[in-house]
Amino acid sequence: MNAPAYNFAYLDEQTKRMIRRAILKAIAIPGYQVPFASREMPMPYGWGTGGVQVTAAILGPQDVLKVIDQGSDDTTNAISIRKFFAKTAGVGTTTATDQATVIQTRHRIPEAALHENQVLVYQVPIPEPLRFLEPRETETRRMHALAEYGLMHVKLYEDIARFGHIATAYAYPVKVNARYVMDPSPTPKFDNPKMDNCPALQLFGAGREKRIYAIPPYTQVVSLDFEDHPFEPYRFNAPCALCGAENSYLDEIVTDDRGSRMFVCSDTDYCEGRQAAGHHGALSAAPYKDKAQGDANG
Amino acid sequence: MADLLEADQPLLIADSLSKSYGRIAACREVSFSLYPGEVLAIVGESGSGKSTLLQLLSGQLAPSGGHVSYRMRDGVTRDLAALGEAERRLLFRTDWGFVHQDPAQGLRMAVSAGANVGERLMAVGWNHYGRIRESASDWLTRVEIDVARIDDAPRTYSGGMRQRLQIARNLVTGPLLVFMDEPTGGLDVSVQARLLDLLRTLVAELHLAVVIVTHDLAVARLLSHRVMVMKGGRVIETGLTDQVLDDPREPYTQLLVSSILPP
Ligand SMILES: Nc1ncnc2c1ncn2[C@@H]1O[C@H](COP(=O)(O)OP(=O)(O)OP(=O)(O)O)[C@@H](O)[C@H]1O
Ligand SMILES: [Mg+2]
Ligand SMILES: [Zn+2]
Repeated sequence: MNAPAYNFAYLDEQTKRMIRRAILKAIAIPGYQVPFASREMPMPYGWGTGGVQVTAAILGPQDVLKVIDQGSDDTTNAISIRKFFAKTAGVGTTTATDQATVIQTRHRIPEAALHENQVLVYQVPIPEPLRFLEPRETETRRMHALAEYGLMHVKLYEDIARFGHIATAYAYPVKVNARYVMDPSPTPKFDNPKMDNCPALQLFGAGREKRIYAIPPYTQVVSLDFEDHPFEPYRFNAPCALCGAENSYLDEIVTDDRGSRMFVCSDTDYCEGRQAAGHHGALSAAPYKDKAQGDANG
Repeated sequence: MADLLEADQPLLIADSLSKSYGRIAACREVSFSLYPGEVLAIVGESGSGKSTLLQLLSGQLAPSGGHVSYRMRDGVTRDLAALGEAERRLLFRTDWGFVHQDPAQGLRMAVSAGANVGERLMAVGWNHYGRIRESASDWLTRVEIDVARIDDAPRTYSGGMRQRLQIARNLVTGPLLVFMDEPTGGLDVSVQARLLDLLRTLVAELHLAVVIVTHDLAVARLLSHRVMVMKGGRVIETGLTDQVLDDPREPYTQLLVSSILPP
């Protein structure tokens, strides 16, 4: 129910308009980080206040919200944010990817293909991909303005020199619309190809760093690499123990104190959907199944 | 034929360059032309305006008066002030080099030597790790750094090695013009000698034009074709290096040469 003590979706209308203006600008310049006046939210920064503000600014009464945390709908963080909007906006919520119109996410992109009527909202801790090698904000801004991105390859070079391959596994840098280099937030690089030419609108909110950026629908997103070390999405080489999926992103779960482990889909909705459709993996019958996703996020 | 004609044309032209900080005139009405392959030393006491002039010439500082022009690769000579920021920065990463006295200013101390040298190549679009690394190895060898140290950060290098690495990092894109501000300044005498020797070889081999600031006349003697003597922001004497150092006209230069003035 809509709680009368709050404005719809908690934020006041003026703040939402300010955030929407930032979002529109971000959509107009794909991959460009737009500064915005980030507000205090009734939750700590680590809980994705940037994503929460973006979601608050775009939600309408008819929207159906899904919130995932590393692929799971059932972590404390995901549940709290879902409840927050159920309470302050009275919107419907779901765990089913294809039922949702707005999906707020931390660290994953759902396995199910997204469609045009959906918006994916990412919670971003550090929006600046060049920060690793260039701490000066004035200098990184100039680099973006002039599209001077040699430094990004210096980082990848260092990876190869040190590990023999590009070891960056999360927050793997991409070039958006052949112009701006962007940090896709700490999603695994396995998810990078899903950002490319995606029918859904993708919005990124960084609360502490006060930045919003966007990838409009059907925009080219290319992962940076070298000709002789091409980008490769990584996943554990195993089928999901519960649904048998061979192409989903897996979490490794330790199942006892003797070091036994199993691999299960990090996207719990996807995994459950497959099981309901009759797919199964080696450990499908294990009673452990219900708790799997909670432990996956430890 | 075209090369001969081009060698006749200056690469860099300073025209009445001035810079003042409030009432201090750090640089006054400096004019000269620098030709391809020519090494010009700027000497003078501390505070005479050498570094200021170098910054004006390299477009890092806007002059209060006058102009700097540079002949671009397409043969067209352009006023630096009229270049866009992107063009100027590109010039800085390709056709030009800048060697700082303190290598920490010119290097990324936290990334490997290989990446330090490779950065300029990546900045101009090199996209093949193997080739970037090969070129970096090549340059480390040329500046006498053991290729086995290619993956070490300059933090772990000695002062002389850092300076040689900074030079390699600048030369990897085959610049035509290199600015140097006291490149041997912070080094021990024996390390200085080795670096000077290396610089002299590279400058000749690569046919580099160089503007080098130094208050060590021995450095000017060893490296430069021409010398400009500065005092109080003005150029008070200029000429062929041997001429100026062996037979100075100005009393101030005479004092400088006879080492009566402190460096
Ligand atoms: N940023 C600045 N603000 C004010 N004055 C400056 C600035 N930079 C240089 N000056 C002044 O300009 C004059 C020339 O300085 P500059 O650094 O060019 O001398 P220099 O010949 O390089 O000396 P040194 O041999 O000590 O490096 C000095 O009087 C200096 O104090
Ligand atoms: Mg100086
Ligand atoms: Zn599964």
